Amino acid sequence: MPEEKTGQQIFLSGIGGQGILFITRLLAETAIHKELPVLTSETHGMAQRGGTVVSHLKVGCFTSPLIRPGRADGLLLLKAENLAQHRFYLKPGGWIVMNARSLPPAPDTSAGAVLHAAIHHIDADRLAEETGNPQSVNAIMLGFAAARASASAGTTPALFCSAEDIVAAIHQRFGQREKLLRSALEAFDLGLRHGR
Amino acid sequence: MSSRVLMMGNDAIARGLVENGCAVATSYPGTPASEILPAVVKWKKELSLPLHAQWAVNEKIAFEIAFAGSIAGLRTMVSMKQVGLNVAADPLLSAAYMGVKGGFIVICADDPGPHSSQTEQDSRLMAMFAKVPVLDPSTPREAKEFIALAYELSEAFEVPVLLRPTTRVCHASQDIALGDLLRIERNGGFRKEPTRWAATPKFRLLLHRGLNDKLKAMAVYPQTAPRLLSPGVTAKKAVVTSGVAAAHTKEIMDDLHLRDSCAVYQVLQPYPLHTDFMRTLLGTYDEILVLEETTGVIEMQLADRSKVRGKMSGAVPEAGELLPEHIERIIADFTGASAETAAPPPAAAGRRPSLCPGCPHRASFFAIKKAIPHSRSIYTSDIGCYTLGLNLGAIDTALCMGASVSQAAGFYHAYRQMGKETDIVATIGDSTFFHAGIPALIDAVVQDARFVLVVLDNSTTAMTGNQPTPATGIGACGDVTGKISIEGLVKSCGVAFCKEGNPYRVPHFVALLKEAREHSRTHGLAVVIARYPCLMDKRSKEERLPAVAVAISEECDGCGYCTKEFECPALEPDEAAKKVRINRILCTGCGVCLHVCPKRSIEGVERA
Ligand code: SF4
Ligand code: SF4
Repeated sequence: MPEEKTGQQIFLSGIGGQGILFITRLLAETAIHKELPVLTSETHGMAQRGGTVVSHLKVGCFTSPLIRPGRADGLLLLKAENLAQHRFYLKPGGWIVMNARSLPPAPDTSAGAVLHAAIHHIDADRLAEETGNPQSVNAIMLGFAAARASASAGTTPALFCSAEDIVAAIHQRFGQREKLLRSALEAFDLGLRHGR
Repeated sequence: MSSRVLMMGNDAIARGLVENGCAVATSYPGTPASEILPAVVKWKKELSLPLHAQWAVNEKIAFEIAFAGSIAGLRTMVSMKQVGLNVAADPLLSAAYMGVKGGFIVICADDPGPHSSQTEQDSRLMAMFAKVPVLDPSTPREAKEFIALAYELSEAFEVPVLLRPTTRVCHASQDIALGDLLRIERNGGFRKEPTRWAATPKFRLLLHRGLNDKLKAMAVYPQTAPRLLSPGVTAKKAVVTSGVAAAHTKEIMDDLHLRDSCAVYQVLQPYPLHTDFMRTLLGTYDEILVLEETTGVIEMQLADRSKVRGKMSGAVPEAGELLPEHIERIIADFTGASAETAAPPPAAAGRRPSLCPGCPHRASFFAIKKAIPHSRSIYTSDIGCYTLGLNLGAIDTALCMGASVSQAAGFYHAYRQMGKETDIVATIGDSTFFHAGIPALIDAVVQDARFVLVVLDNSTTAMTGNQPTPATGIGACGDVTGKISIEGLVKSCGVAFCKEGNPYRVPHFVALLKEAREHSRTHGLAVVIARYPCLMDKRSKEERLPAVAVAISEECDGCGYCTKEFECPALEPDEAAKKVRINRILCTGCGVCLHVCPKRSIEGVERA
């Protein structure tokens, strides 16, 4: 078995308009704040029109912008229906954080690699609607992931960064644009509290 | 590390351009190249640079403007996607003969996969065809470095240089260090040299010979020679790779512990391939594997192919993106290493792309199907967001920019010759109309072709991220520009019937289309301009109609007519309740679905 890379590979997916690219960028900027090399790969064009949008995030010494099947440390899914389609990216023992009303039925054994995955879910659509800001699904998910990915450390690898690191990146991104900053932080915090 | 910033490949290219003194930057938008010019504009503003940046009406025009800047002595660039280079092929081939003065980079972004293109064509073949050198970066960071290299190469040999990033370079992001700006003072201006810049055939022959000599010299230019990534390895096997395949390969060689058992070369300049490299490669190794996207451009230049494995030997697929998992398997086969076999991806495809909820194009297509039914007509269409009208059964053809108009004319002439009758409806976006629709329209009028042309005018180039069109009146830098009226153009092309309508007002718009159809049957070409702003275009907020609150009534029996024939993503089938439900997060309140349900089960506060 080839030696493991030092670093982390996270696969994100959702549908067009949900803000997959936004949270990928935030995580990548968080990596730069932590002085880690980072590579991401995104979908543009046709797929963004309501189709499936995926992005690959690789933090550490990588040269390829894409994650190979069975090598992702974690999956971050903004749409539950993407689980079946993308779980093959996950490595054994990886984590899954998904936006879903309920937990999916147990995976069939043909998808052997994910049998040991730790699955965490949150109904971010409902939470976002309740706060009156339907666009905040992505930031809620990010907060939830930050809480859960580190909570499950020990059995599964923690996220390469802490919630505080992400908050710093959010500040950096929005700078003086107070309204945007506040709503992003609130949504992030909401997800974080649900995750803890 | 701390001075590093996250940059998309296109951003990194733009930064490379401004760092290296680019003074004229032109483009026509096309995925995956669209973000290059806006990023140049961003740096221009931040750094108060005097450079000229603009969107042009199409790639040919963009090319010619930047080329003129170069022969006037400045460093320039033009960017486009691979299919765009087809449009600019005419000036490219001549510019290769004439050469340049200031460094001239033609950035042509390829789309293996293809993710959002009509073709998977390999622009490196275009470089070969045009006889110009091409550089093939593997990562965003390298794309930025290659800009400096390309300008040096271009000025050293006075040739246009093609830079060929692919989707995975353009749209990958990486931490990248900002460099200093090179200050270049150039005020030489254009030096008249008619035998070169206005060459007649006799001189063209001389220029062609001159270009061939340059190619020989570029094939020994040390700066662009292939890089040996595995120094010290004395293996009998070698992997040769370029572009993003090189980025995948590096990582896979490490993962499979092949660093010491196989030589790896990265080719920076796939054409012309370095002469010494070819000699060494074929002389040193027993087996050679070539990994490149999409065509075997490097491979075909290796004269003795008995040792070579690649696309032509069948070892590497000749279509589609060369994903890292494919490369891993190919390298494992080549070296005999054992690769980890991961679970294969499930066959189920993801959610297919669809027009945005509330997109005015969806309303136009629905009205077209109502007014001029598909069973008795042919629908030709074009390249843009609205190509997704395919899902709605409102498109029969989509060939290339502008072809909806010429194909409609072609169908008219063919049917007339066969003595058959059919209605023909061509749909074309506003930006596409300006790009290549106008000459086709002129031809249709002159030849008296009869059909309905619907110009889907959402006042932007939506597919590629809402760049302005010639009708917008705002330039790439936010400057006020001239404005062209679509009506004015249509009329001066000699079309008598030209009317405008708002596709959101469905009954009115259907009536307008019927009127156009009657006109086209008896009098000739009829043009309808369907005008409503793209919902993704932030500039157009004030031109929109107020939102309508829609709801599904008790009468809905889940027949699925609206989800199939209209396919608004905000209308979701609720299987359990045997009804359709409105997704409030997605619904924009366009109110068009009120006119869609045949049973009138969608209700709302209707607008006039
Ligand atoms: S981006 Fe604009 S034109 Fe394209 S599908 Fe969305 S609303 Fe329609
Ligand atoms: S009003 Fe109807 S057609 Fe318009 S976005 Fe909402 S559900 Fe879709």
